[in-house]
Amino acid sequence: MAILDKHKIIETNATLLLVLSFLVVTIGGLVQITPLFWLENTIEKVEGMRPYSPLELTGRDIYVREGCYVCHSQMIRPMRDEVERYGHYSLAAESMYDHPFQWGSKRTGPDLARVGGRYSDEWHIDHLRDPQSVVPESVMPKYGFLENKMINPDYMVELMETHRLVGVPYDDAMIENAAADFLVQADPDGDSDAMLARYPGAQVRNFDGQPGISEADALVAYLQMLGTLVDFSTFTPDASR
Amino acid sequence: MSKTPEKQKGDPETTGHVWDGIEEFNNPLPRWWLWTLYICIIWAIGYAIAYPAWPMLTRATPGLLGWSTRGDVAADIAAVQEANAEINARLASTELTQISADGNLNSFAVSSGAAVFKTWCAQCHGSGAAGAKGYPNLLDDDWLWGGDIEAIHTTVSHGIRNDDDDDARYSEMPAFGRDELLEGAEIDQVVNFVMSLSGDAQDASQVAAGSVIYEDNCSACHAEDGTGDREQGAPNLTDAIWLYGGDYATLSETVSNARYGVMPSWNQRLSEAQVRAVSLYVHQLGGGE
Repeated sequence: MAILDKHKIIETNATLLLVLSFLVVTIGGLVQITPLFWLENTIEKVEGMRPYSPLELTGRDIYVREGCYVCHSQMIRPMRDEVERYGHYSLAAESMYDHPFQWGSKRTGPDLARVGGRYSDEWHIDHLRDPQSVVPESVMPKYGFLENKMINPDYMVELMETHRLVGVPYDDAMIENAAADFLVQADPDGDSDAMLARYPGAQVRNFDGQPGISEADALVAYLQMLGTLVDFSTFTPDASR
Repeated sequence: MSKTPEKQKGDPETTGHVWDGIEEFNNPLPRWWLWTLYICIIWAIGYAIAYPAWPMLTRATPGLLGWSTRGDVAADIAAVQEANAEINARLASTELTQISADGNLNSFAVSSGAAVFKTWCAQCHGSGAAGAKGYPNLLDDDWLWGGDIEAIHTTVSHGIRNDDDDDARYSEMPAFGRDELLEGAEIDQVVNFVMSLSGDAQDASQVAAGSVIYEDNCSACHAEDGTGDREQGAPNLTDAIWLYGGDYATLSETVSNARYGVMPSWNQRLSEAQVRAVSLYVHQLGGGE
């Protein structure tokens, strides 16, 4: 074949080689990536998912900052042993507001995708303070200092606007009330109705049982909502996905 | 530059490329390698036909076998459930007190209960069920709400002090200090009295005064003699077994602020057979009555 004998032209012309290589990579990329934007089953719509409330979002930042993802995954794989231990396998939609996602890649500790509601707040506080006091065989470090670090919602608006920039659908009312929503979620005596209307299923408690809002409050608020938003008693996953 | 050696008779063809006078033999690929490659290509084509493979406009090609990860896990779970369906049904319907008499059913329940315990209970009660501060030891004879199989089953089913289950066991010791029901000095006295019930008081001179405080404030739940009341989940104070600690400082804290340990209700998360299995497992650990 004559055309195959002409490769010397490409091999001796660096610019042409570069242009043609780029063309090949582009075609390969398009074939692999573009269908994902159209495939209806890439991310199935799941009822119940909502953006994180301000306090949960702050807790999530602490989770990322402390590197929890290094030892804990948030991805229950579709296998019987995982489903029996951790609960329903994770759905893509459950990470749709995660920037970045916290799937993790290694489990030194257990998966946390559905840790919400599994333990009491007291357990979480005891466990963060001294993991070995409740799980003697644990190798987790102590995070008691989180209780002593008080936090405020000063930069909540900026944080939420940044998340909006990358596609999280925070509406104007959410951003406007960011600070108030942050404060009321840790205040069981406050009027949390408006916050709950914006963030259905958010849990309102004094999570660490101590006055003031500490990093432990935010982290426990985040942990207690993990995996609780989708109601699996009414949701039936499409088996073909 | 060295001279390129002359081609010998019987040498294979060269590729035709020459670099600095160096030529390259065009040796044929080893047969076994070539055939492996061809078989792999055929295998890949078959695989792409049988299994989900090519992304199309609205979904990927499903593959002739109709296989999916989700279908796979559902089938796995269904197979195990089906295999255990009969014995689980028997476990859920047999009278609780009769299960331990049925050797086969009992051994199924205990091993299945051990798995449930390690998954759902070990985080608080410990993987060996010895508990931790604030989380009861399930190995000993000391029970807050009762240690016979029916009491354990009720506790596991409905939990303690949770908001999810209206039948949750509930008791609420007053926070004598925080709510200003007792003076600081009175708390000191009653703590010394309580310590004297199972050992030595911190300050023996306060025991007598403490017994009066106890009589007026504590005996309704913890009983006159301090042995507690399982109907109300009031712990026995005379057995030297402490959930939070029996030292002076811990007891002062307990009397001042009270303690409200919680336990989830498991009847919503686990099946009746699983609840019964873990109850039986806990019951046979050593403390069961």
